[in-house]
Amino acid sequence: MSKEEKKVNRRDFLFTASYTVGAVGVGAVIWPMIDQMNPDKAQQALATTEVDISNIEPGKSITVLWRGKPVFLKRRTPEEIAEARAVNMDDLPDPQKDEERVKEGKDEWLVMLGVCTHLGCVPLKDKGDFNGWFCPCHGSHYDVSGRIRKGPAPTNMEIPKFEFVDSNTIKIG
Amino acid sequence: MSEHEYTPKSKAGKWFNDRLPLLTLGAHLTDYPTPKNLNYWWTFGGILTFCLITQIVTGIVLAMHYVAHADLAFASVEHIMRDVNYGWLIRYIHSNGASMFFLAVYIHIFRSLFYGSYKSPREVIWIIGLMIYLLMMAAAFMGYVLPWGQMSFWGATVITNLFSAIPLVGDSITTWLWGAYSVDNPTLNRFFSLHYLIPFLILGLVVLHIWALHVPGNNNPVGIDIKKPSKDTVPFHPYITIKDAFALLVFMIIFAGFVFFTPNVLGHSDNYIPANPLVTPAHIVPEWYLLPFYAILRSVPDKLGGVILMFSAIFILFVLPWLDTSKVRSAVFRPIYRQFFWILVIDVLMLGYVGAMPAEGIYLVLARVGTIYYFLHFIVVMPVVGYLEKTDPIPMSISEPVLTGGAEPSLARKINDKV
Amino acid sequence: MIKSNIKQLVLSFLLLISLKPLQSAEMVDPIKVDWSFKGLTGTFDRASLQRGFQVYKEVCASCHSMQYLSYRNLGETGGPEFSEIEVKAIAASFEIEDGPDDQGEMFTRPGKPSDKFKNPYPNVKAAIAANGGAYPPDMSVLVKARKGGANYIYSVLVGYEDPPPGVTLDDGVYYNKYMIGNKIKMPNNLSDGLVEYSDGTESTVDQMAKDVTTFLAWAAEPELEERHRTGVKVIIYLILLTILVYLSMKKIWSRIDSEI
Repeated sequence: MSKEEKKVNRRDFLFTASYTVGAVGVGAVIWPMIDQMNPDKAQQALATTEVDISNIEPGKSITVLWRGKPVFLKRRTPEEIAEARAVNMDDLPDPQKDEERVKEGKDEWLVMLGVCTHLGCVPLKDKGDFNGWFCPCHGSHYDVSGRIRKGPAPTNMEIPKFEFVDSNTIKIG
Repeated sequence: MSEHEYTPKSKAGKWFNDRLPLLTLGAHLTDYPTPKNLNYWWTFGGILTFCLITQIVTGIVLAMHYVAHADLAFASVEHIMRDVNYGWLIRYIHSNGASMFFLAVYIHIFRSLFYGSYKSPREVIWIIGLMIYLLMMAAAFMGYVLPWGQMSFWGATVITNLFSAIPLVGDSITTWLWGAYSVDNPTLNRFFSLHYLIPFLILGLVVLHIWALHVPGNNNPVGIDIKKPSKDTVPFHPYITIKDAFALLVFMIIFAGFVFFTPNVLGHSDNYIPANPLVTPAHIVPEWYLLPFYAILRSVPDKLGGVILMFSAIFILFVLPWLDTSKVRSAVFRPIYRQFFWILVIDVLMLGYVGAMPAEGIYLVLARVGTIYYFLHFIVVMPVVGYLEKTDPIPMSISEPVLTGGAEPSLARKINDKV
Repeated sequence: MIKSNIKQLVLSFLLLISLKPLQSAEMVDPIKVDWSFKGLTGTFDRASLQRGFQVYKEVCASCHSMQYLSYRNLGETGGPEFSEIEVKAIAASFEIEDGPDDQGEMFTRPGKPSDKFKNPYPNVKAAIAANGGAYPPDMSVLVKARKGGANYIYSVLVGYEDPPPGVTLDDGVYYNKYMIGNKIKMPNNLSDGLVEYSDGTESTVDQMAKDVTTFLAWAAEPELEERHRTGVKVIIYLILLTILVYLSMKKIWSRIDSEI
């Protein structure tokens, strides 16, 4: 290797190193600028809500706010449960058994995120072709288990993480 | 500006460039012939660009979390500091960034004063620069109001009351500025709006500032025109860009020192007390970068007089190119002016110092002496010294920094006359 | 030439600054404490923070609010770092007003970690009325809001004295060596053994003052530890990059310098 080549090599190394180290720094600066838009610590801390369900009659439902979104709590009648369980899996765009959508032994309680899986509107209760919910925005029909039956929505309405604190209280999140 | 027309190599590039010559502009900026003898005082233009971009970016981020309401502003700032991801970092960069911005701009201005960069043919660059400086002060002042602490509130009260010194319409103007009968929620709201607007006005003026710079080209430490571009200049990239990058990094180390280790040292502790219209802080001072003007304001026992003098201190700089009668630009070759330049620097530092002190006793005397000298410097010293001073011999060109022998005053004077 | 001028300049400026104003005689400079959170790599003393919270809760909280803090903060890294269970228990020990419920009534419930620290008074006017006309300042950012910071807070807490002869005090006003104007409306609330520390530390006045000041310093700057850590990394990184860019600059400019 000639002297001239060595010189060039060292120069190349220096420039590459400077650019690389500089790029790492720019990346490290960009991250805080992006992360600041994520939910902050106060938002994260509000992740759970407790709901009193002692006043809900069979066949009725209530809507509560959790993380800024509506959650539907429906106390279903035995007929409605039977209807939900009689559906043929082949008729479902997003096949899921009703049993998988409720807590075992608490079959009457359907707790789900009241947000249409199409584009985020809130479906109307006791409407649509399947005795469940109907989304007015783009015409998605959900059944009494909150499963998508007809319309543009791709999946069933989401079941949030929840648990029964006692027989009268549900903790969502 | 550049002597040869730039043609993009690729077909697509040529197609685009024919319609919008962005690539020509880019080529101009990279090849822009820059005097090769620029010293580190010339790196502050780049540093200031960095400061402006940093303030705009962090400011946009802060505005996403800040609430411009008298009841919520203080709490929203605490929310940013405590809950928002990296909120403390972004806010401390923004608040210390303002100070760093002013530090850089003062060095930039004094560099211009020392090397005569404001003189023909660069008067317009200088005036645009002063307009940027005025807007910076407005932006900084309104930004300081936004956290709605005690200093925010009372600073806003004092500064807006300056306008009440105007005869006849003063009180109406102040009320109009406030949108209320004192500094209140409407004031905060409009200050937030303007604080968001002004940086973009500054950005526009910076484009003009650089445009105006690229017409005559850079001044340089020797202060003489470029004789042979091939010998006297270097292309902006990579020579100046790498030098600017190095200086910027050194600047950033100092900046980071403030942000991470003493983030509140340049602020005032009273501003962590929520605004209270019933109690004025015992000792009310503006941010450090406004202190010299504050000292000038307080040095006059008359309300209107003080206000006029304070604004004059800035506006006198606008006519500086015509007050300076010297034909030599750089103070390097002006032995007398050079001494006065340093006296001015000390004078301004002293004014800044007494501006932070109570306006009584020795401080008031110093403030008055400092104020008088400040104006004497521009109104008397600059024109008179320009006429009487016998300047040192000036080199033939940038590539020959020292005039051979140095004992040829006749030749030097010849050049002197030409300049 | 410029260099010698700068030297002159700096010297004359330093001279100017050394003409410090004669401070009004009654003000005493705060005691300088060697806090663990000082310096470039300073961190909080975890145990002291936990004790400090105990002092705050048992002594200060009956008058002073800390409205910008939430109970969850007590468990966050860089703070007292109580365990999740402890934080829940601390929060639950406060009755927090919530509501309105479905009947439109306000009700109280045990606190949750996401709740803000409970305010001892419903509003500022109530606080003023209950404290003889003086508002007990909110302590969330108190350390940042006072010149002298932690040293000042600590000094005031231990600075109670009998007034010197000739100084008469109104009812409900106390003499404090470090307080601005020497008059303070907060009585000396600390006495040896006042708090029973759960970790067995002896609760002298000095110890309690130090602990609660540490706690307040954290409350004002909960990001301090992360800030110091990040800062050291950033500075090291910048120095490294500066060296690289400096060498690159020398290389690039050597093309020009060799031509001359």
